[in-house]
Amino acid sequence: MAIKTTTPDAGDRFDSVVEVLAKANEPKTGDELAGVAADSDAERVAAKRALAGMRLETLRENPAVPADEDEVTRVIQEAVREPIYDEIREWTVADLREYLVATDTGEREIAAIRPGLTSEMIAAVTKLMSNLDLALVTSRMEVPARCNTTVGERGTLSFRLQPNDPADDVANIVDATREGLSYGVGDAVIGVNPVQDGVETTTRILEATHGFIEEWDVPTQNCCLAHVTTQMDAIREGAPADLVFQSLAGTEAGNDEFGVDVALLDEAHELARRRCTSSGPNVLYFETGQGAELSGDAHEGVDQLTLEARCYGLAKRYDPFLVNTVVGFIGPEYLYDGRQVIRAGLEDVFMGQLHGIPMGIDACYTNHMQADQNDIENLAVLLAAAGANYFITVPMGDDVMLNYQSNSYHDAPALRELFDRDPAPAFREWLEEMDLWRDGRLTDRAGDPTIFT
Amino acid sequence: MASDSGADADGPEPTADRDAESDVETDRAIADEEALRRIADRTPTRLGVGRAGPRPATDSLLAFRADHAVARDAVRSRVGDELLADLDLVALRTKVDDADQYLARPDLGRELDAASRERLLEKCDLEPAVQLVVSDGLSSTAVEANVPELLPILRDGLAERGISVGTPVFVEFGRVDVMDAIGEELGADCCVILIGERPGLGSAESLSAYLVYGPERGTATSRKSVVSNVHDGGLPPVEAGAELVDLIAETLAAEASGIDLREDDRAFRES
Repeated sequence: MAIKTTTPDAGDRFDSVVEVLAKANEPKTGDELAGVAADSDAERVAAKRALAGMRLETLRENPAVPADEDEVTRVIQEAVREPIYDEIREWTVADLREYLVATDTGEREIAAIRPGLTSEMIAAVTKLMSNLDLALVTSRMEVPARCNTTVGERGTLSFRLQPNDPADDVANIVDATREGLSYGVGDAVIGVNPVQDGVETTTRILEATHGFIEEWDVPTQNCCLAHVTTQMDAIREGAPADLVFQSLAGTEAGNDEFGVDVALLDEAHELARRRCTSSGPNVLYFETGQGAELSGDAHEGVDQLTLEARCYGLAKRYDPFLVNTVVGFIGPEYLYDGRQVIRAGLEDVFMGQLHGIPMGIDACYTNHMQADQNDIENLAVLLAAAGANYFITVPMGDDVMLNYQSNSYHDAPALRELFDRDPAPAFREWLEEMDLWRDGRLTDRAGDPTIFT
Repeated sequence: MASDSGADADGPEPTADRDAESDVETDRAIADEEALRRIADRTPTRLGVGRAGPRPATDSLLAFRADHAVARDAVRSRVGDELLADLDLVALRTKVDDADQYLARPDLGRELDAASRERLLEKCDLEPAVQLVVSDGLSSTAVEANVPELLPILRDGLAERGISVGTPVFVEFGRVDVMDAIGEELGADCCVILIGERPGLGSAESLSAYLVYGPERGTATSRKSVVSNVHDGGLPPVEAGAELVDLIAETLAAEASGIDLREDDRAFRES
């Protein structure tokens, strides 16, 4: 069977839409490991040509995983606004790319077609776009979200403060919070990954971070990134959580590996809206990352970029406050080196924002990858230029609990200076009151955790 | 004048005392020097690292780079032949060709190459109660640092309990699941692999021991037991050896490992 495309002859050599999508991807070790990647650069470009000529309706009608087998597909399909889809269904993927990069296109024009797009269409256009295409179009999109602070407004750049501790010691967690705040970090969230996934630990961490936020009147939100069911139990017992977190996958089977499904996420959303201590309205936080499905043997023969897009299609259902890809965490068998991580980071933030979700990034790497701190500083510069809502930062770039490296607290003031961006408005005012921030720069008092003692 | 913390792989020194000796931005006072030292000393997290403008202080930056270099070297270097000779290990390898492929293709690291399979069957005792496997995994440093001490403890400890131990082997470029292939080929009751963990910046010497009862290819990770964080700064090899001997005896008696043995044994998915 030749697949349907408007590019003469280009569809003849591929058997399915899923195959074209996979082979059109930029090189990723995860697609090679899954056995779905192009065999050569020539085949890769042939797939891109076939994809360029494919109509958007072909992508809608051939979802990566059939709707009757997968609830993520159903969530994505049911979210499509039909009249808008009808206006663009005959566009080719090339038409979509050229619409996005057109001189006259801005957030308004993108917002006009957004409800008609499916995750597969967004994945498809991403595969045709160069790194600079991705950065340019991302910079045109503005997807703010509000919890206690507002993140993602034009001219701002925010940071998650990640004060993880290998023993879940709340005194250390609070110390690492003090240090981060003293660098102007923490306007996206003070978010802690616990070692022990239990209600008692989660409650202790939430109480400690909430208490510190109250004591110092910090305009931000707290979150403890335990499994969603653990957080729900803690919240029901009265733990003060501003946000509810969960990792997402792009297939039903992948979410099953994570111990969640749509019904559970719906329940978590409902609980968060009623019981979170924040003022909302956006009260959910999701993390994703290319390769998660394959690592759980739940990729269904689909390439990792398309599956990542489907995570965002699912996330959108919950009007989240924060969504970030943890782009280099999973290891070199999915993203081999700095080059693949940088590409994936640009793809993910672009795809998230094109879905209309407020997208940030954990630009990170493990010690068995062919990458170092310079690679993720490069990625941070690219994505700050492109307008990602926020970055994750850890003390001196070294997370001693999760055993990986991410951006450093220091990168926050450096990126804000480089791109002339402010912290989230309420947080900026607080930093100024604390005499940590003045005229877009750290003051002499900054970088000292002991000012909070 | 320069601090020596750049060469200290254990982590950065608090850099607040640079103010006394350094050049630019040194007039910045720390509100509470003593509190800063207390904060930095009580956690492995890099706190109180100091700054130069919006960037890290130079000695903190170089300490970080030094630790990353140790971790990288542990991943990229191989276990030396002397260690294999000293411990009398049969040398095998997986289907992986080189270090680059090892990182990209975990599937190839779970299976022996044809020559090694032959060698395994030729050199090793068949149907032992316990088959011991050593592999470099993601840190040759971890193997060099722990196995010379740990392996004899296991051999002696198991012998004392009258448990038959097969011919120990070393597998280059191995993944945890290569234990399934080796145990299945030999018909072992129980297979144990001592394998280098992915190094963190804190230590490259951390080793894990995985254990499976009734090894066969494709055994789920959840059916394996694990003792992790074996190194002098974590669970010292002497203690790990005693713990493992107990665990092996328990496994053989119960004829089960992983969640089949204890419900709270969680799978190590990220390895």
